[in-house]
Amino acid sequence: MLRDTLQQYVGQTGGLLQGLLAVQSERGFLPPNIESLAADVFNVSRAEVKGVIGFYADLTMEPPKKVTVRVCEAEACQAVGSRALKADLEKGLAYSGADVAIEPVFCLGLCSVGPAVQVNDKLVGRAELTNVGRHVVDAMEQAK
Amino acid sequence: MSKQQTVYLPLDSVAVSLGANDVARVLEEDGFTVVRTGSRGMHWLEPLLEVDRGGERVGFGPLTLENTEGILACLRGGNYDHPAYVGPIADIPFFARQDRQVFERCGVINPVDVTDYEAHGGLAGLRKALDMDPKDVCAEVFASGLRGRGGAGFPAGIKWHTVADAEADHKYIVVNADEGDSGTFADRMIMEGDPLLLIEGMAIAGIATGAAKGYIYLRSEYPIAAEVLQHAIAAARAFGITGSDVLGSGKSFNVELFMGAGAYICGEETSLLNSLEGKRGEVRAKPPIPALEGLFGKPTLVHNVISLCSVPKILEKGAQFYADLGMGKSTGTMPFQIAGNVKQGGLFEAPFGMTIRELVEELSGGTRTGRPIRAVQIGGPLGAYLPNEMLDLKLDYETLASHGAGVGHGGMVVFDDTVNLLAQARYAFEFCAEESCGKCTPCRIGSVRGVEAIDKLASGQDPEGQKELIADLCEVMVDGSLCAMGGMTPIPVESAMKHFPEDFNIHPAKS
Ligand SMILES: Cc1cc2nc3c(=O)[nH]c(=O)nc-3n(C[C@H](O)[C@H](O)[C@H](O)COP(=O)(O)O)c2cc1C
Ligand code: SF4
Ligand code: FES
Repeated sequence: MLRDTLQQYVGQTGGLLQGLLAVQSERGFLPPNIESLAADVFNVSRAEVKGVIGFYADLTMEPPKKVTVRVCEAEACQAVGSRALKADLEKGLAYSGADVAIEPVFCLGLCSVGPAVQVNDKLVGRAELTNVGRHVVDAMEQAK
Repeated sequence: MSKQQTVYLPLDSVAVSLGANDVARVLEEDGFTVVRTGSRGMHWLEPLLEVDRGGERVGFGPLTLENTEGILACLRGGNYDHPAYVGPIADIPFFARQDRQVFERCGVINPVDVTDYEAHGGLAGLRKALDMDPKDVCAEVFASGLRGRGGAGFPAGIKWHTVADAEADHKYIVVNADEGDSGTFADRMIMEGDPLLLIEGMAIAGIATGAAKGYIYLRSEYPIAAEVLQHAIAAARAFGITGSDVLGSGKSFNVELFMGAGAYICGEETSLLNSLEGKRGEVRAKPPIPALEGLFGKPTLVHNVISLCSVPKILEKGAQFYADLGMGKSTGTMPFQIAGNVKQGGLFEAPFGMTIRELVEELSGGTRTGRPIRAVQIGGPLGAYLPNEMLDLKLDYETLASHGAGVGHGGMVVFDDTVNLLAQARYAFEFCAEESCGKCTPCRIGSVRGVEAIDKLASGQDPEGQKELIADLCEVMVDGSLCAMGGMTPIPVESAMKHFPEDFNIHPAKS
């Protein structure tokens, strides 16, 4: 259960953050009661939990879409057309009506082979509409 | 039973992003023994397959699902006549001209096999350090002239002595593996390709300063590095590189991996320490410096990955050997990373002192689009945009500093002549607004105002007034920011305006 997951991190270095990340990775998001629960388990104020959740981009209380496409928006990928790629992906996916979210990411460490994209857990170098599209289809299949 | 042929194929993120795992599956199905390694850093050749040919590693690349079968047929027949054959790795000019001190094993060995690591020179530095007085280990690092590779270029030896001299019940080694700068991937590559080197460097630092515990703070955008590190940490413990009796010395040192959560500012060392304590990653005021009051208020040595990975060689070969590499006060080698719009990008390790042009034009073949280079941003998102005319500058801390730029973490992002520097300056403010920890008003609000001013400038609303406003904002950010996030965002903005004034020459719109 949620409480058990958090409990494992009590007394650990950075326990609150690691506990929240563990819940996030288990469920894909942080459920609505997380603030009071984590405050109770770690013996901190709800404000502190809320502050931590608000600070880190990886922590979110929104349930994820089936497929998340993270497009690198940092400089090295801008230099090879990531802005245009993102716009094209947004257009393409809006048409398809699929359960897909497009999100920014700031550098995946693939800066020599950009534009860099991540489709769920798959890294895509030299990303184009075609290879990203293929990975999105695969990810939809897997998520079924 | 016929002996299976061994081939080497990177597990590096770049290779994987270009299909290495699919290729590996084909190789295994075809009965080859596949050793997954780090990358050689020649990213245009990835996935690069290597085999041993008469005691020499030769390669084929880039591999695709289409050409793999043909290459395998060649290999079975002992025939190397294939369009993707690149010959001996050591003879490829991009590789031959390097001096690999930190990356010497990367791409060669199985990254998590301690025996392989040791057979290729690993652990010599740690063994030497264990035979020395801890004070002398610090002195050796000091004498090498090693400067921090995370961006600030602070002399490592000073920090080592400070932590070693501090009296405390606990001390910590913290590895800054947050590598958030666009255009940089050296930390990622070494953690994926030779993670035991980092662990060895940490152990040396622990023994020299009296810290028994080390943390690696890794950004969450590096899942492959995380997996390799987990295996390497376990292998190091099993072998006794870490644990309660480091290589039989009776000394204790343990390593733990800690994952970040998607915040650029957590690369700033005090923000990182707060994050490691599980809190919001807000920057702390200095003093106190982390070397005296760091993690949980205890003396803490915070170092970039490459700084610590440089240490084993310094111990093994001596401070003088290291100091003789490089130029002036920029000693040793630096893994430069060539990224962005570049034909043959990747990682190039060399002593300080090469020119930017040698790296981005001569060795990397210019832009991928084939158009002229217009700008190179050097040193990450807080680094300067330099015009083509300035590419003959030498890469060392002092030369770049005297031209308003910095080495940073060694990243170079190449742009062709289609780039608009006004858009890049806008992005610099936008990034600062997005990633600011929120503690200082000039950084938090100034960056938002900067974006607005650039938008007004672009639309011709009192262009000269906006330029003055931007200059004022930059001044306030430099003066009133606690850390380099707010304090250095003006560098990309002002270098863009200074070196590319034509992109900011907007005619006033008619009202
Ligand atoms: C906004 C900001 C981001 C930083 N990001 C990193 C980073 O990702 N990796 C890193 O090693 N240092 C980073 N630094 C520098 C660290 O604060 C610190 O100087 C460094 O970890 C010290 O290690 P070194 O002496 O080995 O370079 C950053 C600094 C600032 C101000
Ligand atoms: S300059 Fe920006 S990032 Fe740095 S401490 Fe101030 S608000 Fe935080
Ligand atoms: S800038 Fe896009 S992957 Fe690094």
